[in-house]
Amino acid sequence: MMPEATEKETPDGVQIDLISGQRMDELASMEKIRMILDGVHAGNIVILEEGLTPDEESKLIEVTMAEISPDEFNGIEIETYPRSASKDSSLLGRLMGNDGPPAKLTVIGPANQIETLHKDETLISALVSRN
Amino acid sequence: MGLFTELKDSISRATDRLFSEQEPKRIGIYGPPNAGKTTLANRIARDWTGDAIGTESHIPHETRRARRKENVEIERNGKTVTIDIVDTPGVTTKVDYEEFTDEMSKDDAVRRSREATEGVAEAMHWLREDVDGVIYVLDSAEDPITQVNTMLIGIIESRDLPVLIFANKIDLDESSVKRIAEAFPQHETVPLSAKEGENMDEVYDNIAEYFG
Ligand SMILES: Nc1nc2c(ncn2[C@@H]2O[C@H](COP(=O)(O)OP(=O)(O)OP(=O)(O)O)[C@@H](O)[C@H]2O)c(=O)[nH]1
Ligand SMILES: [Mg+2]
Repeated sequence: MMPEATEKETPDGVQIDLISGQRMDELASMEKIRMILDGVHAGNIVILEEGLTPDEESKLIEVTMAEISPDEFNGIEIETYPRSASKDSSLLGRLMGNDGPPAKLTVIGPANQIETLHKDETLISALVSRN
Repeated sequence: MGLFTELKDSISRATDRLFSEQEPKRIGIYGPPNAGKTTLANRIARDWTGDAIGTESHIPHETRRARRKENVEIERNGKTVTIDIVDTPGVTTKVDYEEFTDEMSKDDAVRRSREATEGVAEAMHWLREDVDGVIYVLDSAEDPITQVNTMLIGIIESRDLPVLIFANKIDLDESSVKRIAEAFPQHETVPLSAKEGENMDEVYDNIAEYFG
Protein backbone atom coordinates (compact mmCIF):
# COMPACT_ATOMS: atom_id res chain seq x y z
CA MET A 1 0.00 0.00 0.00
CA MET A 2 1.20 3.43 -0.90
CA PRO A 3 0.92 5.97 1.89
CA GLU A 4 -1.45 8.81 1.15
CA ALA A 5 -0.33 12.34 0.63
CA THR A 6 -0.69 14.54 3.67
CA GLU A 7 -4.05 16.22 3.54
CA LYS A 8 -4.91 19.56 5.03
CA GLU A 9 -7.94 21.71 4.71
CA THR A 10 -8.13 25.46 4.69
CA PRO A 11 -10.91 26.95 6.82
CA ASP A 12 -13.06 27.69 3.78
CA GLY A 13 -12.90 24.10 2.64
CA VAL A 14 -10.16 23.86 0.01
CA GLN A 15 -8.32 20.63 0.56
CA ILE A 16 -4.60 20.67 0.05
CA ASP A 17 -2.54 17.58 -0.73
CA LEU A 18 1.02 18.05 0.40
CA ILE A 19 3.42 15.68 -1.24
CA SER A 20 6.89 15.63 0.24
CA GLY A 21 10.06 15.24 -1.78
CA GLN A 22 10.72 11.97 -0.02
CA ARG A 23 7.31 10.66 -1.01
CA MET A 24 7.86 11.76 -4.61
CA ASP A 25 11.23 10.01 -4.74
CA GLU A 26 9.52 6.69 -4.10
CA LEU A 27 7.18 7.09 -7.04
CA ALA A 28 7.64 6.34 -10.73
CA SER A 29 6.89 9.24 -13.07
CA MET A 30 3.49 7.92 -14.03
CA GLU A 31 2.56 7.38 -10.38
CA LYS A 32 3.46 10.97 -9.59
CA ILE A 33 1.31 12.21 -12.44
CA ARG A 34 -1.55 9.94 -11.36
CA MET A 35 -1.33 11.13 -7.79
CA ILE A 36 -1.36 14.77 -8.88
CA LEU A 37 -4.25 14.40 -11.28
CA ASP A 38 -6.30 12.28 -8.87
CA GLY A 39 -5.95 15.06 -6.33
CA VAL A 40 -6.89 17.73 -8.85
CA HIS A 41 -9.86 15.71 -10.11
CA ALA A 42 -11.09 15.57 -6.53
CA GLY A 43 -10.97 19.36 -6.53
CA ASN A 44 -7.89 19.60 -4.33
CA ILE A 45 -4.85 21.80 -4.59
CA VAL A 46 -1.74 19.66 -4.80
CA ILE A 47 1.53 21.03 -3.49
CA LEU A 48 4.76 19.27 -4.41
CA GLU A 49 7.75 19.93 -2.27
CA GLU A 50 9.95 18.95 -5.15
CA GLY A 51 9.15 19.97 -8.68
CA LEU A 52 8.69 17.60 -11.58
CA THR A 53 11.41 16.95 -14.14
CA PRO A 54 10.90 18.52 -17.58
CA ASP A 55 10.00 15.10 -18.92
CA GLU A 56 7.40 14.59 -16.22
CA GLU A 57 5.99 18.05 -16.88
CA SER A 58 5.68 17.17 -20.52
CA LYS A 59 3.80 13.97 -19.67
CA LEU A 60 1.64 15.79 -17.15
CA ILE A 61 0.50 18.14 -19.92
CA GLU A 62 -0.26 15.20 -22.21
CA VAL A 63 -2.20 13.20 -19.64
CA THR A 64 -4.08 16.31 -18.55
CA MET A 65 -5.12 16.91 -22.15
CA ALA A 66 -6.37 13.35 -22.46
CA GLU A 67 -8.53 13.78 -19.37
CA ILE A 68 -10.17 17.10 -20.20
CA SER A 69 -13.86 16.62 -20.69
CA PRO A 70 -16.55 19.26 -21.31
CA ASP A 71 -18.44 20.35 -18.19
CA GLU A 72 -16.40 17.96 -16.07
CA PHE A 73 -12.72 18.76 -16.16
CA ASN A 74 -11.11 21.78 -17.81
CA GLY A 75 -7.53 20.97 -17.02
CA ILE A 76 -5.00 22.26 -14.55
CA GLU A 77 -3.14 25.30 -13.50
CA ILE A 78 0.43 25.13 -12.24
CA GLU A 79 2.56 27.56 -10.38
CA THR A 80 6.13 27.14 -9.34
CA TYR A 81 7.88 28.98 -6.59
CA PRO A 82 11.63 28.84 -7.06
CA ARG A 83 14.05 28.81 -4.19
CA SER A 84 14.50 32.41 -3.29
CA ALA A 85 14.88 34.34 -0.13
CA SER A 86 11.30 35.45 -0.37
CA LYS A 87 9.17 36.05 2.67
CA ASP A 88 7.19 33.03 1.58
CA SER A 89 9.94 30.54 2.15
CA SER A 90 9.53 30.33 5.87
CA LEU A 91 5.82 29.80 5.40
CA LEU A 92 6.43 27.16 2.76
CA GLY A 93 9.14 25.58 4.84
CA ARG A 94 6.75 25.32 7.73
CA LEU A 95 4.07 24.10 5.39
CA MET A 96 6.21 21.15 4.46
CA GLY A 97 7.52 20.76 8.00
CA ASN A 98 11.09 21.29 6.88
CA ASP A 99 13.90 23.43 8.18
CA GLY A 100 15.06 25.06 4.98
CA PRO A 101 13.08 26.36 2.08
CA PRO A 102 12.31 23.77 -0.60
CA ALA A 103 14.17 23.96 -3.90
CA LYS A 104 11.17 24.43 -6.08
CA LEU A 105 7.67 24.25 -4.76
CA THR A 106 5.04 23.35 -7.32
CA VAL A 107 1.39 24.13 -6.80
CA ILE A 108 -1.12 22.41 -9.05
CA GLY A 109 -4.85 22.88 -8.98
CA PRO A 110 -7.95 22.60 -11.12
CA ALA A 111 -8.01 25.22 -13.90
CA ASN A 112 -8.94 28.68 -12.68
CA GLN A 113 -8.70 27.83 -9.00
CA ILE A 114 -5.17 28.82 -8.14
CA GLU A 115 -6.59 32.27 -7.51
CA THR A 116 -8.51 30.74 -4.64
CA LEU A 117 -5.24 29.56 -3.25
CA HIS A 118 -3.66 33.01 -3.47
CA LYS A 119 -6.61 34.40 -1.66
CA ASP A 120 -6.12 31.68 0.92
CA GLU A 121 -2.42 32.17 1.45
CA THR A 122 -2.90 33.71 4.86
CA LEU A 123 -5.41 31.02 5.68
CA ILE A 124 -2.89 28.35 4.77
CA SER A 125 -0.35 30.12 6.88
CA ALA A 126 -2.75 30.18 9.81
CA LEU A 127 -3.59 26.55 9.26
CA VAL A 128 0.04 25.51 9.20
CA SER A 129 0.99 27.42 12.30
CA ARG A 130 -1.88 25.68 14.12
CA ASN A 131 -0.16 22.34 13.64
CA MET B 1 2.98 0.36 -38.20
CA GLY B 2 4.68 -2.85 -37.14
CA LEU B 3 7.53 -2.80 -34.70
CA PHE B 4 9.95 -3.98 -37.35
CA THR B 5 9.00 -1.32 -39.89
CA GLU B 6 9.14 1.27 -37.17
CA LEU B 7 12.60 0.13 -36.18
CA LYS B 8 13.73 0.07 -39.78
CA ASP B 9 12.35 3.53 -40.28
CA SER B 10 14.08 4.96 -37.29
CA ILE B 11 17.36 3.33 -38.25
CA SER B 12 17.11 4.70 -41.74
CA ARG B 13 16.22 8.11 -40.35
CA ALA B 14 19.27 7.99 -38.15
CA THR B 15 21.57 6.92 -40.97
CA ASP B 16 20.03 9.55 -43.22
CA ARG B 17 21.01 12.12 -40.68
CA LEU B 18 24.47 10.68 -40.32
CA PHE B 19 25.27 10.38 -43.98
CA SER B 20 23.48 13.18 -45.66
CA GLU B 21 24.29 16.71 -44.65
CA GLN B 22 21.47 17.75 -46.92
CA GLU B 23 18.76 16.21 -44.72
CA PRO B 24 16.64 19.20 -43.73
CA LYS B 25 16.28 19.91 -40.04
CA ARG B 26 12.76 19.87 -38.68
CA ILE B 27 12.05 23.11 -36.96
CA GLY B 28 9.02 23.10 -34.70
CA ILE B 29 7.15 26.35 -34.21
CA TYR B 30 5.93 26.29 -30.63
CA GLY B 31 4.29 28.67 -28.22
CA PRO B 32 1.04 29.42 -26.44
CA PRO B 33 -2.26 29.62 -28.36
CA ASN B 34 -2.76 32.78 -30.43
CA ALA B 35 0.91 33.88 -30.37
CA GLY B 36 1.03 34.00 -34.18
CA LYS B 37 2.72 30.67 -34.93
CA THR B 38 0.67 29.92 -38.04
CA THR B 39 0.96 33.51 -39.25
CA LEU B 40 4.73 33.13 -38.99
CA ALA B 41 4.76 29.66 -40.58
CA ASN B 42 2.66 30.98 -43.45
CA ARG B 43 4.90 33.98 -43.95
CA ILE B 44 8.04 31.84 -44.04
CA ALA B 45 6.41 29.33 -46.40
CA ARG B 46 5.01 32.07 -48.66
CA ASP B 47 8.32 33.92 -48.78
CA TRP B 48 10.29 30.86 -49.84
CA THR B 49 7.89 28.38 -51.43
CA GLY B 50 4.92 30.47 -52.53
CA ASP B 51 2.22 28.65 -50.57
CA ALA B 52 0.80 28.70 -47.09
CA ILE B 53 0.66 26.11 -44.29
CA GLY B 54 -2.54 26.64 -42.32
CA THR B 55 -5.32 28.96 -41.25
CA GLU B 56 -4.85 31.86 -38.87
CA SER B 57 -7.50 33.03 -36.46
CA HIS B 58 -8.05 35.36 -33.53
CA ILE B 59 -9.81 32.44 -31.81
CA PRO B 60 -7.29 30.35 -29.84
CA HIS B 61 -6.65 26.74 -30.86
CA GLU B 62 -7.11 27.39 -34.55
CA THR B 63 -4.30 24.92 -35.23
CA ARG B 64 -5.24 21.54 -33.81
CA ARG B 65 -3.01 19.29 -35.90
CA ALA B 66 0.72 19.68 -36.38
CA ARG B 67 1.38 20.63 -40.00
CA ARG B 68 4.66 20.20 -41.79
CA LYS B 69 5.99 22.08 -44.77
CA GLU B 70 8.94 20.25 -46.24
CA ASN B 71 12.07 21.53 -47.90
CA VAL B 72 11.75 25.22 -47.31
CA GLU B 73 14.91 26.66 -48.84
CA ILE B 74 16.02 29.88 -47.25
CA GLU B 75 18.78 31.85 -48.96
CA ARG B 76 21.15 33.89 -46.89
CA ASN B 77 24.39 35.49 -48.11
CA GLY B 78 24.67 33.21 -51.11
CA LYS B 79 24.11 30.09 -48.97
CA THR B 80 20.97 27.99 -48.97
CA VAL B 81 19.58 26.52 -45.76
CA THR B 82 16.90 23.87 -46.12
CA ILE B 83 14.47 23.22 -43.28
CA ASP B 84 11.13 21.54 -42.69
CA ILE B 85 8.74 23.79 -40.82
CA VAL B 86 6.32 22.22 -38.36
CA ASP B 87 3.48 24.47 -37.25
CA THR B 88 2.16 23.09 -33.98
CA PRO B 89 -1.02 23.61 -31.93
CA GLY B 90 -0.62 26.17 -29.14
CA VAL B 91 0.27 24.53 -25.85
CA THR B 92 -1.76 25.04 -22.70
CA THR B 93 -2.65 23.14 -19.52
CA LYS B 94 -6.37 23.94 -19.72
CA VAL B 95 -9.10 24.13 -22.33
CA ASP B 96 -12.63 25.30 -21.62
CA TYR B 97 -15.10 25.04 -24.48
CA GLU B 98 -17.13 27.89 -22.98
CA GLU B 99 -14.39 30.24 -24.14
CA PHE B 100 -15.53 29.62 -27.71
CA THR B 101 -19.30 29.66 -27.32
CA ASP B 102 -19.51 33.38 -28.14
CA GLU B 103 -18.04 32.63 -31.53
CA MET B 104 -19.76 29.36 -32.42
CA SER B 105 -22.43 26.88 -31.43
CA LYS B 106 -21.98 24.75 -28.33
CA ASP B 107 -21.44 21.63 -30.44
CA ASP B 108 -18.72 23.32 -32.45
CA ALA B 109 -17.13 24.72 -29.30
CA VAL B 110 -17.08 21.30 -27.67
CA ARG B 111 -15.60 19.79 -30.82
CA ARG B 112 -13.01 22.56 -31.03
CA SER B 113 -11.94 22.00 -27.43
CA ARG B 114 -11.71 18.24 -27.89
CA GLU B 115 -9.55 18.68 -30.99
CA ALA B 116 -7.51 21.30 -29.15
CA THR B 117 -6.66 18.88 -26.34
CA GLU B 118 -5.60 16.25 -28.85
CA GLY B 119 -3.58 18.89 -30.66
CA VAL B 120 -1.71 19.91 -27.52
CA ALA B 121 -0.85 16.28 -26.78
CA GLU B 122 0.33 15.91 -30.37
CA ALA B 123 2.50 19.02 -30.09
CA MET B 124 4.14 17.63 -26.95
CA HIS B 125 4.76 14.37 -28.75
CA TRP B 126 6.47 16.09 -31.65
CA LEU B 127 8.63 17.95 -29.18
CA ARG B 128 9.76 14.72 -27.57
CA GLU B 129 10.31 12.76 -30.75
CA ASP B 130 10.35 14.62 -33.99
CA VAL B 131 11.89 18.07 -34.02
CA ASP B 132 15.53 19.12 -34.34
CA GLY B 133 15.11 22.73 -33.34
CA VAL B 134 12.47 25.09 -31.98
CA ILE B 135 11.22 28.55 -32.78
CA TYR B 136 9.33 29.65 -29.69
CA VAL B 137 6.78 32.32 -30.59
CA LEU B 138 5.42 34.74 -28.01
CA ASP B 139 2.95 37.59 -28.29
CA SER B 140 5.16 40.46 -27.13
CA ALA B 141 2.12 42.43 -25.99
CA GLU B 142 1.57 39.87 -23.25
CA ASP B 143 3.42 38.90 -20.10
CA PRO B 144 5.93 36.19 -21.13
CA ILE B 145 6.32 34.79 -17.64
CA THR B 146 3.62 32.16 -17.58
CA GLN B 147 3.92 28.65 -16.28
CA VAL B 148 3.34 27.19 -19.74
CA ASN B 149 6.17 29.23 -21.24
CA THR B 150 8.56 28.45 -18.42
CA MET B 151 7.68 24.75 -18.53
CA LEU B 152 7.93 24.45 -22.29
CA ILE B 153 11.24 26.29 -22.50
CA GLY B 154 12.49 24.01 -19.71
CA ILE B 155 11.34 20.95 -21.64
CA ILE B 156 13.02 22.22 -24.81
CA GLU B 157 16.25 22.95 -22.92
CA SER B 158 16.24 19.51 -21.31
CA ARG B 159 16.14 17.97 -24.79
CA ASP B 160 19.14 20.08 -25.83
CA LEU B 161 17.29 21.47 -28.81
CA PRO B 162 18.53 24.70 -30.33
CA VAL B 163 15.90 27.36 -29.68
CA LEU B 164 15.19 30.87 -30.87
CA ILE B 165 12.61 33.04 -29.13
CA PHE B 166 10.50 35.16 -31.44
CA ALA B 167 8.90 38.23 -29.90
CA ASN B 168 5.95 38.58 -32.27
CA LYS B 169 3.39 41.37 -32.74
CA ILE B 170 5.87 44.24 -32.35
CA ASP B 171 3.38 46.30 -34.39
CA LEU B 172 1.13 46.49 -31.33
CA ASP B 173 1.45 49.49 -29.00
CA GLU B 174 1.64 47.33 -25.86
CA SER B 175 4.47 45.24 -27.32
CA SER B 176 7.60 44.87 -25.17
CA VAL B 177 10.52 42.90 -26.60
CA LYS B 178 12.63 43.79 -23.58
CA ARG B 179 10.21 42.00 -21.27
CA ILE B 180 10.73 38.80 -23.26
CA ALA B 181 14.50 39.17 -23.56
CA GLU B 182 14.71 39.66 -19.80
CA ALA B 183 12.45 36.70 -19.06
CA PHE B 184 14.62 34.32 -21.10
CA PRO B 185 18.12 35.83 -21.03
CA GLN B 186 19.70 32.46 -21.85
CA HIS B 187 18.26 32.56 -25.37
CA GLU B 188 18.39 34.80 -28.40
CA THR B 189 15.25 36.91 -28.75
CA VAL B 190 14.27 38.12 -32.21
CA PRO B 191 11.61 40.83 -32.55
CA LEU B 192 9.18 40.66 -35.45
CA SER B 193 5.69 41.18 -36.73
CA ALA B 194 4.67 38.07 -38.62
CA LYS B 195 1.48 39.77 -39.69
CA GLU B 196 3.07 42.96 -41.03
CA GLY B 197 6.29 41.30 -42.15
CA GLU B 198 8.46 43.54 -39.99
CA ASN B 199 12.08 42.58 -39.33
CA MET B 200 11.94 39.42 -41.45
CA ASP B 201 15.54 39.85 -42.63
CA GLU B 202 16.80 39.42 -39.09
CA VAL B 203 14.39 36.50 -38.67
CA TYR B 204 15.88 34.68 -41.66
CA ASP B 205 19.46 35.55 -40.68
CA ASN B 206 18.84 33.94 -37.31
CA ILE B 207 17.10 30.88 -38.72
CA ALA B 208 20.01 30.32 -41.11
CA GLU B 209 22.56 30.79 -38.37
CA TYR B 210 20.85 28.61 -35.73
CA PHE B 211 19.38 25.86 -37.82
CA GLY B 212 21.57 25.85 -40.94
N1 LIG C 1 -1.01 42.60 -34.52
C1 LIG C 1 -0.53 41.42 -34.87
N2 LIG C 1 -1.32 40.34 -34.89
C2 LIG C 1 -0.79 39.15 -35.25
C3 LIG C 1 0.58 39.00 -35.59
N3 LIG C 1 0.81 37.71 -35.87
C4 LIG C 1 -0.39 37.08 -35.73
N4 LIG C 1 -1.35 37.94 -35.36
C5 LIG C 1 -2.78 37.67 -35.11
O1 LIG C 1 -2.89 36.85 -33.96
C6 LIG C 1 -3.98 35.93 -34.11
C7 LIG C 1 -3.48 34.53 -33.94
O2 LIG C 1 -2.61 34.20 -35.01
P1 LIG C 1 -2.30 32.69 -35.40
O3 LIG C 1 -1.17 32.73 -36.36
O4 LIG C 1 -3.55 31.98 -35.79
O5 LIG C 1 -1.81 32.19 -33.97
P2 LIG C 1 -1.32 30.71 -33.56
O6 LIG C 1 -0.17 30.92 -32.62
O7 LIG C 1 -1.09 29.88 -34.75
O8 LIG C 1 -2.58 30.22 -32.72
P3 LIG C 1 -3.09 28.68 -32.44
O9 LIG C 1 -2.99 27.93 -33.71
O10 LIG C 1 -4.48 28.89 -31.99
O11 LIG C 1 -2.21 28.17 -31.36
C8 LIG C 1 -4.56 36.19 -35.49
O12 LIG C 1 -5.67 37.06 -35.36
C9 LIG C 1 -3.42 36.88 -36.23
O13 LIG C 1 -3.85 37.73 -37.26
C10 LIG C 1 1.42 40.17 -35.56
O14 LIG C 1 2.61 40.16 -35.85
N5 LIG C 1 0.80 41.34 -35.18
MG1 LIG D 1 -1.94 28.17 -35.38
